[in-house]
Amino acid sequence: MNGKMVNAPSRGIIPERDADKSLALETIHLGISFGGLKAVDDFNLTLGRTEIGGLIGPNGAGKTTVFNLLTNVYAPTEGTIIVDGKDTRGLKTFQVNRLGIARTFQNIRLFNNMSVMDNVLVGLHHEMDYGFPKALLRLPGFYKSERIAKKRAMEYLSLFNMQDMAEHKAGSLPYGAQRRLEIVRALATNPTILLLDEPAAGMNPSETAELMENIRKIRDTFQICIFLIEHDMSFVMGLCEGIAVMNFGRIIAKGTPEEIKSNPQVIEAYLGREKGK
Amino acid sequence: MKKLSKNTVYNLSTYGIVIVAYLIVQGIVLAGGLSNQIRGQLVPICVYISLAISLNLVSGVSGELSLGHAGFMSVGAFSGVIVAAALRDSGMGGVPILIISMIVGGVISGIAGLIIGIPVLRLRGDYLAIVTLAFGEIIKNIINNLYVAVDARGLHFSMTSADGFNLSEGGRVVINGPMGATGITKLASFTMGVVLIIFTLFVVLGTINSRHGRAIMAARDNRIAADSVGISVTRCKLLAFTVAAVLAGMAGALYAMNYSTVAAKKFDFNTSILILVFVVLGGMGNIRGSIIAAAILTLLPELLRSVADYRMLVYAIVLILVMLARNSTVLKNYINNVVNGIVSRIKAPFSGRNGGKGGASE
Ligand SMILES: Nc1ncnc2c1ncn2[C@@H]1O[C@H](COP(=O)(O)OP(=O)(O)OP(=O)(O)O)[C@@H](O)[C@H]1O
Ligand SMILES: [Mg+2]
Repeated sequence: MNGKMVNAPSRGIIPERDADKSLALETIHLGISFGGLKAVDDFNLTLGRTEIGGLIGPNGAGKTTVFNLLTNVYAPTEGTIIVDGKDTRGLKTFQVNRLGIARTFQNIRLFNNMSVMDNVLVGLHHEMDYGFPKALLRLPGFYKSERIAKKRAMEYLSLFNMQDMAEHKAGSLPYGAQRRLEIVRALATNPTILLLDEPAAGMNPSETAELMENIRKIRDTFQICIFLIEHDMSFVMGLCEGIAVMNFGRIIAKGTPEEIKSNPQVIEAYLGREKGK
Repeated sequence: MKKLSKNTVYNLSTYGIVIVAYLIVQGIVLAGGLSNQIRGQLVPICVYISLAISLNLVSGVSGELSLGHAGFMSVGAFSGVIVAAALRDSGMGGVPILIISMIVGGVISGIAGLIIGIPVLRLRGDYLAIVTLAFGEIIKNIINNLYVAVDARGLHFSMTSADGFNLSEGGRVVINGPMGATGITKLASFTMGVVLIIFTLFVVLGTINSRHGRAIMAARDNRIAADSVGISVTRCKLLAFTVAAVLAGMAGALYAMNYSTVAAKKFDFNTSILILVFVVLGGMGNIRGSIIAAAILTLLPELLRSVADYRMLVYAIVLILVMLARNSTVLKNYINNVVNGIVSRIKAPFSGRNGGKGGASE
């Protein structure tokens, strides 16, 4: 099922190597307006099963709003989202996660008063199978389930060498570690699509380089689709196989990193403005 | 010996504290060392400790403000009294009747919790506080107008008066409107009070240290993030709220059966606030703190009887001082040092290693 190796890099945002399979994610004419403002408009995108896709654009372009739409934090005012062949209309955010979308947040949202281990265990909530009565009576199944989950949580933490921090309070971790913990927690829900909102924000260059390696490793290990928002251009260009560029709520360009780099509209709308600052 | 986790040690020592306290108090009682007044407070203390623990599940662990805990206590109290009256002539012993009454009181209170929780816990914000406040008042008014009697034919209910019951030989009125429940057989005992505390601890600590408890705390810490990892926030909050309602109902039933009469006005807003004060003073989410705060603050007014007129004044001053002390870093550090010393001494026999470090640092 997931045993397929990633052999060739995907070309563009619609990867050919996945043509035989249903897409991991598809949005059709997706849009939302807040009052009069069309924060996202006519957003069409497809992502392949093992693709690393990027979403870039100037501040306020609507990138985070796209993530909020994909996870049904906001109900779209227009269009359709298809996850794994299923329309997600009307689902609650927690149900969308059960369908296979996990995410991180631009402004970190951890369970600050809980330990690092417990944060990951919350991600593993549905992997554990005991019911409430069994939990209270502490039947053998309870201990077994907890033991397996803790072992798996450690495995997830080891992706970022964070095993030593397991007992620390999540809120007391340094910034970079908090960002990594968010990724671990999201991964623990066993997603098919992982959305990362500015994963490298606030990280130093060596942390950023390490994160790039780790994101690639995660894709290869778990064979999942990763879709990320990031302002760090070398990060996006070096990691993503397909990139979509947004400005004022609309996609203005899609393509490979090379195509995006040389697209005059993109340079005008995004890169040009960044340089001009 | 296998190393026990920090949580397990905490839980075991909490049970330990309760049991040791029970043995000491029981010893003093047998030696005749307690005044009647204070002996009369033993069951209420246990009841309030239990209520503080269960309210902590809602307010501390799940992060929702509930102002109607006494309302659930009331539901449990009066359903328990009815059950006990119906079973009085069944030939069962006192303890089984008490236990059945507490269970029924808990179940009915839990159902009330579900009915309130399902619509309200979908909403964000402080709606729960408002609705639980109203619930407490409504329950009080319903019971003030409730008449229940029991005779050979069974139970009789009325919302107007006890006159129309036409009771058969040996029948009696159990709940008499504003007079409340009368002629209750006093079945409660200090031992049952401690059993209730242990049971409450068992349920609440068991909940906290399970996947359900973690989900409840996650929803408290960050609702949006909990949602994003597949946790149904509404369901988590409903679970905590309902479990707390069951426990409060059981405590209410035990409380009622410590007196020969109980009126609905005993379970009013003031009582709800009192329980909330225990939880806040003991620390949100701090189960042991709830126990200690409830015990001391229930006893305090009794101990202050000697200063009669100034009783409530001293009580209020103590409350303020405790609040200040909790927010003072110097005092906090001192208390932490003392507590750590004690805890590590308790821990030592469990962990099988020399755990006296905290104590030695003094
Ligand atoms: N809940 C909301 N209500 C009203 N307007 C909103 C809401 N959420 C987002 N917006 C608006 O939508 C636009 C897009 O915001 P969004 O956060 O998606 O931008 P972004 O591309 O993620 O920017 P950044 O790079 O700064 O994170 C902004 O103008 C923002 O003010
Ligand atoms: Mg954003």
